[in-house]
Amino acid sequence: MVSIRSISSTPSSLTYHDLPWIVAHREDRCTLCGRCTSVCPTEAIYLAYRRQRMPKLDILQKKRGSEYRTFVGIRQRTDLDHRCIGCGMCSMVCPNEAIGPQVNPNDERARFHSYQKGDAWKRGGRRNDRASLLDQISFNRISMLTDPALDAGRHEFHMNTLLGRVLPPEEYIRRQAKGEWIPPVREIFPFIIGSMSFGALSPNMWLGLLQGVAYCNEVLGIPVVMCTGEGGCPPWVLKSPFLKYIVLQIASGYFGWDEIIRAIPEMQCDPAAIEIKYGQGAKPGDGGLLMWFKVSKLIARLRGVPEGVDLPSPPVHQTLYSIEESVMKMIQTMSMAWNFRVPVYPKISGSTSAKSVLNNLVRNPYASALLIDGIDGGTGAAYNISMDATGHPIASNVRDCYLDLVAQGKQNEIPIFAAGGIGKNGNPVQNGMALIMLGASGVHMGKYIMQSAAGCLGSEKNRCNVCNLGICPKGITSQNPKLYRRLDPDQVAQRVVDVFLGLRTEIKKVMAPLGRSQSLPIGMSDALGISDKDVADRLQIKYIC
Amino acid sequence: MCRLAMKTASVPFSPFSVISAMEAMKEGYDGSGLGLLLRGVSFADYKYQTGDPILSGIAHTDAALHRLNAFMEAKGYTLKYDHEFNVQPSLIEATDRHKYLVRVYRLPESFKELSQRQIDERLMLTRLALRADGEKHGGDLTAFSFWPNVAMIKEVGWPLEIGQALGLDDHRITSRVCMAQGRQNTNYGINLYACHPFFIQGIGTMTNGENTAFVPIREYLTGMHYPGYIGYQSDSEVFAHILHYVTRRLELPLQAYKHVITPLKTDELANHPQGAFLKGLRDVCRRMIIDGPNCVMGSLPDETTIMVMDTKKMRPATIGGKPGEWALASEICGVDAMIPERDKSLDFQPMRENTVIVPPSRQEYTIWSQFDQFPLPQAA
Repeated sequence: MVSIRSISSTPSSLTYHDLPWIVAHREDRCTLCGRCTSVCPTEAIYLAYRRQRMPKLDILQKKRGSEYRTFVGIRQRTDLDHRCIGCGMCSMVCPNEAIGPQVNPNDERARFHSYQKGDAWKRGGRRNDRASLLDQISFNRISMLTDPALDAGRHEFHMNTLLGRVLPPEEYIRRQAKGEWIPPVREIFPFIIGSMSFGALSPNMWLGLLQGVAYCNEVLGIPVVMCTGEGGCPPWVLKSPFLKYIVLQIASGYFGWDEIIRAIPEMQCDPAAIEIKYGQGAKPGDGGLLMWFKVSKLIARLRGVPEGVDLPSPPVHQTLYSIEESVMKMIQTMSMAWNFRVPVYPKISGSTSAKSVLNNLVRNPYASALLIDGIDGGTGAAYNISMDATGHPIASNVRDCYLDLVAQGKQNEIPIFAAGGIGKNGNPVQNGMALIMLGASGVHMGKYIMQSAAGCLGSEKNRCNVCNLGICPKGITSQNPKLYRRLDPDQVAQRVVDVFLGLRTEIKKVMAPLGRSQSLPIGMSDALGISDKDVADRLQIKYIC
Repeated sequence: MCRLAMKTASVPFSPFSVISAMEAMKEGYDGSGLGLLLRGVSFADYKYQTGDPILSGIAHTDAALHRLNAFMEAKGYTLKYDHEFNVQPSLIEATDRHKYLVRVYRLPESFKELSQRQIDERLMLTRLALRADGEKHGGDLTAFSFWPNVAMIKEVGWPLEIGQALGLDDHRITSRVCMAQGRQNTNYGINLYACHPFFIQGIGTMTNGENTAFVPIREYLTGMHYPGYIGYQSDSEVFAHILHYVTRRLELPLQAYKHVITPLKTDELANHPQGAFLKGLRDVCRRMIIDGPNCVMGSLPDETTIMVMDTKKMRPATIGGKPGEWALASEICGVDAMIPERDKSLDFQPMRENTVIVPPSRQEYTIWSQFDQFPLPQAA
């Protein structure tokens, strides 16, 4: 008999039934190879000697009781640091399909113990909410009358978008005649690889993305661009001809900008654009956060910081007095750094105040665009509360801003880009084209690219979400060479190319039945419908049922 | 699908000859209406003095007619001629057509001090005020145009019957340019304002096919808050307003129209003599890129006529004729009906990059290509 006193039962004691994921292990199939335990990123499982009672039913013997056997089994740890995150790497490496995580259908008591060691829970990844308004929007204005639907396979489609400040036509003609400055404009593919920093992503992931992007541009003629996120850019990229496919982000920590500024004289070409991050959809009001696990020697050098320290960027650009002033001065400074040849635009969190920011930009002749990042955006690291409950959905935010520009007749001057939840359930084109028809000029995608191009295991069902800890089992968001060696940059590049070819085909499949081929259908809200009357009214699109 | 017919000739002709072309093209449209724009107008009963504005429209009630008279009088316009159509009401479907208006006015004395541009604005605002007045009174007054040398007629029904109903075969009204369109009620409700040709400040266009980029273009034009950019009961109205915007407000050459509505591709512009300028023009006018299939025909105040295709080039519109007389139609049988005796080998169907321009001299038509040098030297 085991005494009660020896049973560990502290307030935070949990059993595996209290955790979000339960490791299901089939002993009869297990060969005890140990691969699962060695691959598990959180060391949630371990091999252990166990005792099993072997009941004896020999009635002729006088001595009653059981015998015991000893065996080696796999068990799940129950402390939060070693909880199963549901990544499923154990089942991926198991030669015998003997193990795998299963969602706990019971109450998760674990969430009541997320405040540990005086801190609140942080995670990387996503919002863990499968609901997507964008998934409900369909394209209904099908050409069936005098305008025949087009052949997506054979017709020629123009789907590129513009990034940059576009002058009013009258002003353009006046400046042309006088030889004055015309703001730089880039013609790009409307689906953009969103800002994921060199630091958040592993070197192999970053290299794979860049290779894929370069291939899309130089071989396939798809002008894809990608954004660096905060954290600079490797010097060899800065001085390479591939810089023109890269949007350099500057954020409140200014990490990596020493390297960038110093590299300007040696740059072979201009970057695609400069993105000034004021906010992020996943964690509005928070700056970037690179946790110490991921500040490796390389990252430390690139960012100009010591190794192994947390790198929390301030929530705002500290050097300036107000956002309005900051936006104005930073846009101007950045424009000047490249002699007004590079578009400079701010990125903000989705917010009810987005329209005010937009109207500030309208009056700033150097502002090139506005990127709004909605609540469904992902991040490398953030507090749970920020990811789960803070922010603004992207659809209505973009729509409001677009209609505001329409009322002023300025919708062609400041392109609005949207981010946050595009492709969260695997429907990037449906989501992206819906936002474009609501008024966005293009969309940024981060999580979807990680999932589709690199096999990120995260999902909206709270799977994995450990990007912040540097233990990414696929090597996507880790700075540990033992982990990121798992990711082959060439294979990532191949997937990037596959993805963008697929996106292009699907965009055609949306545009063709709408009878659109000559330009990206920005603001073509007459094509959209949703079976929710309130949403239809709010977005000023058709209610369908 | 709408059928389009346009004839331009040095000697004034009856609009009935163009209506007969509509009849030749009757297969393929539902004959739900007729729109006519006559330019370079002459009246058998009145010697029209070029420069006097002509008001075209319909007064649906006597009260509307009285309000119209009072309004024009108050504005200082003097009525010089009121064309009486020989109307046969039994041939007209609608029952609320009190009076078809084609009236010549004299400009107010006060206009003498105004510049031509200011006069043009006043004329447009007068038309818009009449339209607004009609809309305020349940649509009892419709104003199509108010401009020198231009008369317009729009009616619901079969084009030939409308022509007969209004007595257009009596040759009492003739013109040097006539644009005719047989309207089809497609996605939008039957409305006289939805009928092509559309008119703004001397510029008239008509289109067949559907413009799927209509809503974003409408939003862009509306956002300019220019008084004349209203209406949009039809997706084709934007073609007229874009032509107006390009030629009158941006003051670009006529050839720019094609570069705005159907710009060349980036790699094509890279090899164009003025590629940099045109690429910039494409970017700044991006919201006016149309998405057809469309054939657009238009006429300008100096009696220049044009015809362009959208980039998909799915329409077989044709120009044919002889010096002094040219016919443009959405189908070749329409050209045959208007000018049967011509050298058919000189007929031309514009391709996606072409703008067909018949200058006022009407001796020949020019085929301008977007790949040609753009006629704006300072833009190079």
